[in-house]
Amino acid sequence: MTAETLTLAASGGTATPAGLDPSSPLAVRGLTVSYGEKPALFSVDATFPAGAMSAIVGPNGAGKSTFLKAALGLIPAVSGEVRIFGAPLAASRDRIAYVPQRASIDWDFPTTVIDVVLMGRYRKLGLLRRVSKAERATALDALARVGMEGFAERQIGQLSGGQQQRVFLARALAQEADLYLLDEPFAGVDAATEKAIIEVLKSLKEQGKSVIAVHHDLSTVAAYFDHVFLVNVRAMGEGPVARAFTPEALAQTYGGRLAATQLAELALTTG
Amino acid sequence: MAGFLDALLLQAGYNAALVAIGAALLGFAAGTAGTFLFLRKRALVSDAVAHATLPGVGLAFIVMVSLGGEGRSLAGLLLGSALSAFAGLWLVEWIARATRLSEDAAIGAVLSVFFGLGVVLLTVIQSLDRGRQAGLEDFLLGSTAGMLLQDALIIAGGGAAVVAVIWALRRPMTLVAFDPGYAAAIGIDTRRVDLAMMALVMAVTVIGLKLVGLILIVALLIIPAVTARFWTDRVERVLWTAGLLGAAAGYVGAALSASAPDMPTGPIIVLIAAGLFALSLLCAPRRGVLAAILARRRFQARVHRRQGLLALTRAEPIHDPVTLRILRREGLIRADGVATDKGRAQAAKIARDERRWDIAREVHQDTSLTGRYDGLTPIEEVFAPDEIADFDARLGPPQPVGG
Repeated sequence: MTAETLTLAASGGTATPAGLDPSSPLAVRGLTVSYGEKPALFSVDATFPAGAMSAIVGPNGAGKSTFLKAALGLIPAVSGEVRIFGAPLAASRDRIAYVPQRASIDWDFPTTVIDVVLMGRYRKLGLLRRVSKAERATALDALARVGMEGFAERQIGQLSGGQQQRVFLARALAQEADLYLLDEPFAGVDAATEKAIIEVLKSLKEQGKSVIAVHHDLSTVAAYFDHVFLVNVRAMGEGPVARAFTPEALAQTYGGRLAATQLAELALTTG
Repeated sequence: MAGFLDALLLQAGYNAALVAIGAALLGFAAGTAGTFLFLRKRALVSDAVAHATLPGVGLAFIVMVSLGGEGRSLAGLLLGSALSAFAGLWLVEWIARATRLSEDAAIGAVLSVFFGLGVVLLTVIQSLDRGRQAGLEDFLLGSTAGMLLQDALIIAGGGAAVVAVIWALRRPMTLVAFDPGYAAAIGIDTRRVDLAMMALVMAVTVIGLKLVGLILIVALLIIPAVTARFWTDRVERVLWTAGLLGAAAGYVGAALSASAPDMPTGPIIVLIAAGLFALSLLCAPRRGVLAAILARRRFQARVHRRQGLLALTRAEPIHDPVTLRILRREGLIRADGVATDKGRAQAAKIARDERRWDIAREVHQDTSLTGRYDGLTPIEEVFAPDEIADFDARLGPPQPVGG
């Protein structure tokens, strides 16, 4: 490792929070995360716009999920600053809703759909308070928004992959947050579910909420999102989709992993 | 038998009544504490914790004797066992975190080393000429012989505290067991919740040492929870069902051992719990073994019935003996294989549904809907009556089929 990159890491680690945009729902400066000796993210800066739908895009193993998890404090960062609406993470938990990847869940867990959605209310319920009618109504309303109101009493293992993803989105909706962070929400879901999820996310945006999603399908970035953040261990570019989601930027982010024809097609969809 | 009934009704003497009530309370606390251990998939850690109590018992005895006491104070012995259980737990976590060893390897190492150390200490104590060491080995398998009111009060107080803490922490513990990533994202300190869970398990182990013993307390933690899981799909119901099953096993087991001479209480309690488990394993609706066998056979029968009726609509001969048997049993074909009126009517219905599905696929170009055409789901479950009427209007009148 050269001296130059080392100073970069050091300068990233000591960046002042004052330099981070307080209106941004999620702004990071100099974020470095490492599993062992190999950095998964290296000195990443990013500023996501408020009231918009943003995509985190990059190849497999580029650190997209790691970025979300580090931003949420789920994995420790080696260095870097994270600000949620200008405030530190600990003061912003009530404003963030998170939809994790489905892969890590034990689907035989003894819980029903409505119980999972009510987990989104746990912060507001605290330890001792009973689930009131109003809380239950909020949860049922969140289920209705993802088209799953008829499934409230099902055990979660009895749902299809797409339905499980909708339930997790409903749990995030029940939190009534301002910032929604989603980790590959469209991975392994059917076309109808993808459509339903994107409708919900667009309605969130219309309510002035901010949505940030890790996204792997390059062909739908332009149709779904306003803002894009390209990452491959390092930040590779960010900005409005029309400006930042260019064939050149993608070629740089993905290296040789995207065929030229794919890039040409993408240029057409964004053009 | 009369003795058993007396014991069940708490009429078999003061000591037996104390033991039965104590065992029921311990069973309830263990069942509830074990539920989250089971849901968090860390059942084996409790085994390491339980075995790690033994050196603490020995050391506490030695310390109390060297301070001039008799070494028989239960509170002192339990305190010692709690401290060494904590050391064992900490060692398991440290090995799993600091080395590349997995947790199960760490559990195996800690469990056997602490247990071995405990046995050595007890042997040394027996060769000592001081204190009243008789009865220390009862901590291995439990003993009810000298149960005092004070012992029962320790179990009652400790058990009530354990259940109260579990009730207060049921939401964070559920969330951490189900989805630790999400739990951390909404600001729950998952490490502290896990620590609280292990502290509860340690508390149950320690207060259960005297009655059930350290080798079998694991059974009382885990068996009620896995038994309860057969009966319900909701965490809170698993929790309280496990508590009640544990209490029932404790109470009935204590009564049984009180009514028969020389029956060890702890092992009997565990066997009663295991009996309830076996019963649930076999008979539970949906998750039980018998239910699964029945469901598979019903499904198989539906497939054969359907295939047989489809063959009837096409006037094809049926050769499969299982299909023939099912169609005959339902009176759909005669003994010689010719379709009855009822069989022809059902075949016609199936033939019409097939044509309805063809129309449905034209009308609804929606894969999530037409994807439910699996050959077994009745069309009435997928489409509303008015939709089916619409398909029929496009189909024309029903047509007779050969048979």
